[in-house]
Amino acid sequence: MVSFYINGKQASVNAEPATPLLWAIREHLKLTGTKFGCGAGLCGACTVHVNGKAVKSCLTPLSSIAGKLVNTIEGLSEDSSHPLQKAWVAEQVVQCGYCQSGQIMKAAELLKQNPNPSRDQIVAHMNGNICRCGTYTRIIAAIQRAAREG
Amino acid sequence: MTRIENDASKITRREFLASTTGLTFAMAFAPAGMFLMSEAKAKAAGYEIGAWVRIEPDNTVTILTPGAEMGQGSMTGVPVALAEELDADWDKVVLEWAPADPKTYGYTRKRGERISQSMAIVGSRAVMMYYEDMREAGAQVRKVLLQAAAKKWNVAPAELRTEPNVVVHPASGRRLTYGQIATFAEVPAEMPAVSTAEYKDKSQFRLIGKPIPRRDIPEKVNGTAKYSIDVQLPGMVYASTVHGPVQLAEPESWNDDTVRKMKGVIDIVKLEHGVAVIADTFEHVLAARKVLAVSWAAGATAEGYDSEQALETAYPEIAVDQNANNTTVGEAGDVDAAFANATKVYKADFRSDYGYHAQMEPLNAVARFNAAGDQVEIWEGTQAPGRSRQRIAQALGFGLSQVIHHQHYMGGGFGRRSINDYTIEAALIARALKRPVKMIWTREEDLAYGMFRPQALQCLEAALDGDGKLSGWRHCVVGDGGNLLYGGIKLNKYYDVPNQFIEQRGTSHGIRLKHWRAVAHPFNLFAIEGLMDEMAEKEGMDPFEFRRQRVAMTPKAREVFDAVEKMSDWPTKRPAGRALGLSVSERSGSLGAGVVEISLDQQTGKIRVHKVWVAIDGGTIVQPEMARHNVESGIIYGLSSVLKERATMKDGKVRQSNFHDYEVLRMSEAPEEIHVEFLDRLTKPTGLGEIGNPFITAAVANAFHALTGKRLYHMPFTPQRVIQALKA
Repeated sequence: MVSFYINGKQASVNAEPATPLLWAIREHLKLTGTKFGCGAGLCGACTVHVNGKAVKSCLTPLSSIAGKLVNTIEGLSEDSSHPLQKAWVAEQVVQCGYCQSGQIMKAAELLKQNPNPSRDQIVAHMNGNICRCGTYTRIIAAIQRAAREG
Repeated sequence: MTRIENDASKITRREFLASTTGLTFAMAFAPAGMFLMSEAKAKAAGYEIGAWVRIEPDNTVTILTPGAEMGQGSMTGVPVALAEELDADWDKVVLEWAPADPKTYGYTRKRGERISQSMAIVGSRAVMMYYEDMREAGAQVRKVLLQAAAKKWNVAPAELRTEPNVVVHPASGRRLTYGQIATFAEVPAEMPAVSTAEYKDKSQFRLIGKPIPRRDIPEKVNGTAKYSIDVQLPGMVYASTVHGPVQLAEPESWNDDTVRKMKGVIDIVKLEHGVAVIADTFEHVLAARKVLAVSWAAGATAEGYDSEQALETAYPEIAVDQNANNTTVGEAGDVDAAFANATKVYKADFRSDYGYHAQMEPLNAVARFNAAGDQVEIWEGTQAPGRSRQRIAQALGFGLSQVIHHQHYMGGGFGRRSINDYTIEAALIARALKRPVKMIWTREEDLAYGMFRPQALQCLEAALDGDGKLSGWRHCVVGDGGNLLYGGIKLNKYYDVPNQFIEQRGTSHGIRLKHWRAVAHPFNLFAIEGLMDEMAEKEGMDPFEFRRQRVAMTPKAREVFDAVEKMSDWPTKRPAGRALGLSVSERSGSLGAGVVEISLDQQTGKIRVHKVWVAIDGGTIVQPEMARHNVESGIIYGLSSVLKERATMKDGKVRQSNFHDYEVLRMSEAPEEIHVEFLDRLTKPTGLGEIGNPFITAAVANAFHALTGKRLYHMPFTPQRVIQALKA
């Protein structure tokens, strides 16, 4: 049993300490907005925040998050009102959508660290997140819009 | 306002039809094709029926959408055409998935004498195939509403107009919303005929050609969009299949006792080409997968296969072997005479490697049987719901009615999700277990047991006559996969070469192959347009001018070339270290021409594409924003395969296993600028999901030549191959 906070609420997951956080979130807690893409930390589809830092949940053992604050796409805002979510809609970024929770969570970390990132800074920060539909240029535009419009 | 329900609580079709208020327009299929009719008449005639459009008293218009959604937007794009002719208020339109029932909801395909219905969203077909049916259905529903209002007001229908969701009588100023009409109108036994002359003129369009936000986006930015991998059922267990390292090998035995003792393991099920482990949680499945050691029967066709060796040595032999298994794909004029009379002959060989779909959502499905075991419910994301349902029924020895199918969003398709081998596995496992099962392939499984775009060798020869005009063309593609190799090999949609012979020479390796975005067009156009560029160079001509003066171009081709020349400002010199390359693009009725601007890091051998321009004739563009997304996506997908992606097999085994060794394009490698223009057309829409892809290979190769004077003949253009080419 490992206890932590998820999207502001206390949660306990009855699983082995080595269980990847990804499966605890998706299948134990049924928060399925966080996606399984590669299971090896290579694609970023499973990106969530642990104590405010973006991590790849497929490589994060449950034991390492005991007592910590985990935030997923479901906890980013209650009503899709986070500036990045609004910008993602305005720029019509999404295609298949499967990687986008991870993209948005990764971008949210960036804007927290750097409210006005340059294009190069955006690319450097986001390069670990694969989008197979190739929405990269729109993701950049949406992050810039979110930075601009707040 | 999107109501795409993905769980078992979804209202059933019967409830939808049996609802007592509002107007339901049924869709029926008869030998003449699909059409709208009253439910009563369809039932009397014994037709398979389903609801297609429903208007509620509260003015909501529900349209069933058959546009399987894998990111291309057709879930929204297909019903837009219906809503347009219905003059529906798009804000009041609710979309629901059409059931997996091609007889009712499929588009009609005519191949010779054979007429068939299909819901397969493949080959960029969604909007292209459904467009006319959708417009007709929308126009018919509108006419019924107009007639009902006319009767109520006792005026002639011709005196009436519509505004979005409202019928108006301008002379008296009276108005009735569609919802109000639905409270008293009846669907006539015979739907009114509508001629295309009654369709809206382009100038009256409120939706077609206008930017309509995609319906799926809001739920895809907050995590609520449901893919089949997200389905949760009470009592559900988890499974994953391990397939042979040599594809299609059959399992013989495994360490059953050891794995069964592992924590959470419930069962192990033998499948034809794999062994499935089932456990209470997915982490326990993953742990069991690692311990499971299967011994595989010898004798799989792929055993010992070495793909690099085949491409380098076996394929060139097949290309000249007169006894090789061959198919003539195209033939015109007297090609031998053209080459005998040629003043110049150009030859080149091109190669391309296997490609993997690498859709972001690993293949998965959920299956649940009823207690009696004579009915299965399936949750999956599929490009071909009808075919999928049929194949599941077949695999289980069921009739169609015993398979209940729930469609989901797909985390990418790209051709992989039009065949459902993974769903059949889920169904077989669920039957063996007698419990609901979520079956997920790991990424490693998804890749190793992939269905690949085949590798190919292309041998081309071109003859120029006494006037220097292209008079003869020979193109032979060698490889495994039949039509997966020669789609897009014919150049008659853009170049008219009077004498030509095009063939495919086949072999077989036992590797699973499949349609990949734009199928064979990317590598065929690489060869065709690579040789075209080489001829232009050797003839000392600009690539545009060579095509215009020496090749008989179709009028459509001339227009897209003219357009992209202007868009890219082709004649203007680029900064030092940058160069441009050109290629035609062709797929699913659409034609395009594209230019790329590249640079090269001479030390690392890394090519960087900075800018892309593409001009496309795609007929009427129903949704310009979505169309642009599709083309951008095709460009990135294509570029990924041009610069990075390669699957290889050694000792019969796929050598790559995940994104570290099967690399796909990342943000830092994406072009900074992509410019897409659609030619203004009134013709029927043609496919746009794949037109962004085929031109990019040759365009990059040709730009590389412009930059370095060297040519690239083997795709992908990996740094290693680039450095080799620079030294050549």
